[in-house]
Amino acid sequence: MDIKVRVWRQSGPSAGGKMVTYDVKGISPDASFLEMIDVLNETLILNGDDPIAFDHDCREGICGACSMVINGVAHGPEKATTTCQLHMRKFSDGDVIDVEPWRAAAFPVIKDLVVDRSAFDKIIQAGGYITVPTGTAPDAHATPVPKKDADAAFEAATCIGCGACVAACPNGSSMLFTAAKITHLGLMPQGQPERDSRVIDMLQAQDDAGFGGCTNAGECTTVCPKGIPLSLIGRLNSDYRKAITKR
Amino acid sequence: MTTDFWTEGEPVVDKAAPDGPVETRWERRKFNAKLVNPANRRKLTVIIVGTGLAGGSAAATLAEAGYQVKSYCYQDSPRRAHSIAAQGGINAAKNYRNDGDSVYRLFYDTVKGGDFRARESNVYRLAQVSVNIIDQCVAQGVPFAREYGGLLDNRSFGGTQVSRTFYARGQTGQQLLLGAYQALERQIGLGNVEMNARHEMLELIIVDGKARGIVVRDMVTGEISTEFADAVVLASGGYGNVFFLSTNAKGCNVTASWRAHRKGALFANPCYTQIHPTCIPESGSHQSKLTLMSESLRNDGRVWVPKAQKDTRRAADIPEDERDYYLERIYPSFGNLVPRDIASRAAKNVCDEGRGVGPGGLGVYLDFADAINRLGRKAVEAKYGNLFEMYERITGEDPYETPMRIYPAVHYTMGGLWVDYDLQSTIPGLFVVGEANFSDHGANRLGASALMQGLADGYFVLPNTISNYLAAGPFPKVTASDAPVVEARKQVEDRIEKFLSINGDRTVDSFHRELGQIMWEYCGMERSEEGLTKAIGLIRALKEEFWTRVKVPGKGEELNQNLEKAGRVADFIELGELMCIDALHRRESCGGHFRAESQTPDGEALRHDDEFSYAAAWEYFGADGRPTLHKEDLNFEYVHPSTRSYK
Repeated sequence: MDIKVRVWRQSGPSAGGKMVTYDVKGISPDASFLEMIDVLNETLILNGDDPIAFDHDCREGICGACSMVINGVAHGPEKATTTCQLHMRKFSDGDVIDVEPWRAAAFPVIKDLVVDRSAFDKIIQAGGYITVPTGTAPDAHATPVPKKDADAAFEAATCIGCGACVAACPNGSSMLFTAAKITHLGLMPQGQPERDSRVIDMLQAQDDAGFGGCTNAGECTTVCPKGIPLSLIGRLNSDYRKAITKR
Repeated sequence: MTTDFWTEGEPVVDKAAPDGPVETRWERRKFNAKLVNPANRRKLTVIIVGTGLAGGSAAATLAEAGYQVKSYCYQDSPRRAHSIAAQGGINAAKNYRNDGDSVYRLFYDTVKGGDFRARESNVYRLAQVSVNIIDQCVAQGVPFAREYGGLLDNRSFGGTQVSRTFYARGQTGQQLLLGAYQALERQIGLGNVEMNARHEMLELIIVDGKARGIVVRDMVTGEISTEFADAVVLASGGYGNVFFLSTNAKGCNVTASWRAHRKGALFANPCYTQIHPTCIPESGSHQSKLTLMSESLRNDGRVWVPKAQKDTRRAADIPEDERDYYLERIYPSFGNLVPRDIASRAAKNVCDEGRGVGPGGLGVYLDFADAINRLGRKAVEAKYGNLFEMYERITGEDPYETPMRIYPAVHYTMGGLWVDYDLQSTIPGLFVVGEANFSDHGANRLGASALMQGLADGYFVLPNTISNYLAAGPFPKVTASDAPVVEARKQVEDRIEKFLSINGDRTVDSFHRELGQIMWEYCGMERSEEGLTKAIGLIRALKEEFWTRVKVPGKGEELNQNLEKAGRVADFIELGELMCIDALHRRESCGGHFRAESQTPDGEALRHDDEFSYAAAWEYFGADGRPTLHKEDLNFEYVHPSTRSYK
């Protein structure tokens, strides 16, 4: 396949950026999107140009590092798929493909397509855990967990923390990310003692980190590579209301 | 013994190893270890490199205990460490299935599965603490798979005959890592851990013979800094990326371990790599990594190839009696659940016979048709849904309709820095946990044991053993102007300057790919003296070429991903040579390491316990360019070496 890519190039956090067009010729439809960028970068290096910086690591859709807005959609056109799992067979010969970084106030650009997502860690620090010092745990079978709760908790816990939800949200809100963790821990009996403080503290942390508010636009769930549903935000709001009234 | 390639030195002895009955060794080691009282712990600082299962759990646990922890990872968040990608599960000797499991059986299976090349004391301890891991993780809210009664579900895994594997669909590593990550983030929030993401360790600092710090590069600004502590823990993972194509994440590298090795830490059994039997085959020259399909698939999938060579019919068009379910045929009692090394080599053998399927004939079928008929599509979907989706996304083929194509790929490295029973390397104050150490798996790791070892080391072993060392601290203050610190820093700066100044005509990746091809060809599933000798020559030539022709664009003082890669590939090249030398010296087949000159008449692996029942711990290449071999003899008091038979 022969394609063109228009890529956001920005040399540093405070530098201005612009879209730059590159030709990519003879790419295999079986190559992943990131492999296409690898191939382009090899050419750029040998031509004495600066290769495109982008985050990636596991390349199997689970680490959450890769983060490209492709043709205006976070992670590109294929539903429930991270950028690294998107393959060139989903595009056509002759396509012109736009590639941009996540854009959100809480995720400043570091270079090219690389952004700073440490704000997500701040949200987890505020309460996205169950306090259990090592070695103090009772036997694993001491507390049965209904299968439907365990399964639903797992579904919420599959969030990979990539930030596509924030990138897609018109308000740059992290509600889906936060709601996924609130749901995961809130469904487990082990998560009950800290349930109220967790939701209050995590919401405060996301406001402090500069994420916007949620207006139920629903863009987040549409791009989520793990299909985290919008209903979890409703659950979070319900938990928050209960917690705040108990205060 | 001295050869053209290595010299032999004094044996290495594990001085921390307790004796007496194996069942009470860990108890006694913990009791005899010196303790640090809670008030003194906050005067002691520990650096931990890596935030996977081992590093993340160790950082959280040590911080909870009251130590000052400084944690480093190259990813943008500790949550992205490659433990996240482990799919299948984690073993624990809970015997919740009442199927005859016990600590002793897990110990026995692991020693046997490791082909009698692991230390009994360590493996027994691993089996003992396995039960605590599950308790800990459940308390953290890890959403393991459960049954309708609300209790934990288990599955069986390759190399065992009991169901002792706990799992969270096909994302067990992710869920366990998030548990450790959340515990770590809690400690970061409390101010007990200083977290440094996007930082890479480039050198170890040794002062007065003790590991006292590291030189790190801030991968965003390029700033080089020196960081000090009373002890340094490496939890930096394995070195499978020496093969370029592996199931490791792209960033996984050996640099932290290799820098420590260059400074004197012995590197044990580097040639012990695990080739995982169930990976998605390569699709072309653009291939940047390989993707594993969890071994748990072998519980319900049946492996086969056509009986005829070069059979190009579609799988569905090949009638039942023209298929060879070769694992079931050759190994009737374990069938599709034989250990990884056996499954991998068997796949290679049938492909070598010209019976492989898919592009280039490098693949075998993993067929779920029977399971779907027996259990129904829904049940199969519940168990393996995400793996099937992943497969379809990558290959464009639907495994519910067409059998998966799989082929072996490098997945895990059993070798690593040599550690004693306390997980301390040969450099005092340098501890190594998780895949980075040479650990508990001998010459072959059983499925679902990597997660177990990572968390065992991080949550339960290291926190108990490191106190014995730290009890002598705090050690004298180290400053940036101390001679060894200045020197270590200069080594890093000079090396970066060198990479940037060569300005040659080949990219870093092109060297990495070439190294990988050499390693896969000559130091992969099957090795021979002739091949390995050739590989050593090729790697030496490649090293010379690298240092004269590599082109690293950009500057040091910026985010420069090619500069990062250049350092890692330079270290992989040196490691590759050592791996080939280790493989060359071990003239036996064992575990994942099949030596062509050492096989039975029917082509099975032939071990030589009389000559090679030891861990090979290597000292960095001396002035004459040869590494020195230090042997640690292995004694088997409980599980007596026998020929592994899965037939």
